[in-house]
Amino acid sequence: MYTTDLRTAEEKAEEARKGVPRSALDTDALEAEFQARIDADAYIEPKDYMPDGYRKTLVRQMSQHAHSEIVGMLPEGCWVGRAPTLKRKMILIAKVQDEAGHGLYLYSAAETLGTSREELVRQLLAGEAKYSTIFNYPTTNWSDVCTIGWLVDGAAITNQIPLCRCSYGPYARAMVKVCKEESFHQRQGYEALLQMMKGTEAQKRMVQDSFDRWFWPSLMMFGPPDSNSAHSSQNMKWKIKRFSNDELRQRFVDATIPQAEFLGVKVPDVIVKNAETDHYDFGELDWDEFMAVVKGGGICASNRIDARKKALEDGTWVRDAASAYAEKQQVATVAAAE
Amino acid sequence: MADDWDLYEVFIRSKRGSSHKHVGSVHAVDSRLALESARDLYTRRSEGESLWVVAAKDILASDPLEGDALFGPAADKIYRHPTFYEIPDEVGKM
Repeated sequence: MYTTDLRTAEEKAEEARKGVPRSALDTDALEAEFQARIDADAYIEPKDYMPDGYRKTLVRQMSQHAHSEIVGMLPEGCWVGRAPTLKRKMILIAKVQDEAGHGLYLYSAAETLGTSREELVRQLLAGEAKYSTIFNYPTTNWSDVCTIGWLVDGAAITNQIPLCRCSYGPYARAMVKVCKEESFHQRQGYEALLQMMKGTEAQKRMVQDSFDRWFWPSLMMFGPPDSNSAHSSQNMKWKIKRFSNDELRQRFVDATIPQAEFLGVKVPDVIVKNAETDHYDFGELDWDEFMAVVKGGGICASNRIDARKKALEDGTWVRDAASAYAEKQQVATVAAAE
Repeated sequence: MADDWDLYEVFIRSKRGSSHKHVGSVHAVDSRLALESARDLYTRRSEGESLWVVAAKDILASDPLEGDALFGPAADKIYRHPTFYEIPDEVGKM
């Protein structure tokens, strides 16, 4: 039995026919042991027993998360060639490379649940898997790239910090690594905006315009309101989720509004500090727009998937060349040994 | 599955004096390219100074369902621990 089990169903059936010895399985007892482990804040590891629902939920969530990292490279990557200075270009390249890295850490962790990366990528390209709706908005100017760092990566950090203590070991470990790197993303974005706010009136207007367009969509990154969230309570019990969508959204608003004020952008009038709760009230979000974007109604949705398909196709000759070279090396090694 | 390259598990030694520690995996056409991909993916911020890659299919792992049979017996051999032995205080420690 391997660490990451990517055998096909046929291969597994074949091994079962050969009679791999296994202790008698009592699903109820295993399930009780599984939940007891989670209740005790211990981790579930790849080869442990886990209910099908837990495995499926994790594969869906982790692959959506990985897809978001990969698709997330697109709205920023298209600005690498147009970054205003060499310094900003180097920073942006490093950030975009990190996003690719985060996608790969997450695919690697998802594969420990027995679904191959190739299958997950196929689901993305076939439109069967989702990714974060935020990446279906266009980046129309340089300040959007900076605002993504501040708001989108800021929201991602708020979401991801609790995931470092998620019950599934490989996911939690991947998140620790991702969170360390996200902090750079958020800070470079905010710092770049601070710089723009020291500039001309036109630059300041760009920052304000960008904030106005990205603020509400970034709040929607936390998902539907608790009253309307399909998977929440079971995921809380499994400790895949530790805080509700609305709790995390509030945490993000409370951290972000003072940053917006420091930056000097005007926040929407509807946002006011509630003296009683000591939190910022922000009213209702436009969930119709959110649902339209989830269903692929965003301006960029089809461009994003087309870009991923093109990347896969354009890379074919590189993979073919690597395979051919590896084969040649192996023949040479065998010949040398003889 | 047919087209995807083999999976390699990646281990990093963060500094001399430490041992290698598992960090994740990469897909690669052979071990040499696995090493290069692992370097790009897992050491972008000076995380290590030595890398190992091992084909996942070559790793045999213990089955968690046999955990008690494998690791249980150690629990009742308390005489293997120094605290099992009562020595007068005046004898002192080594």
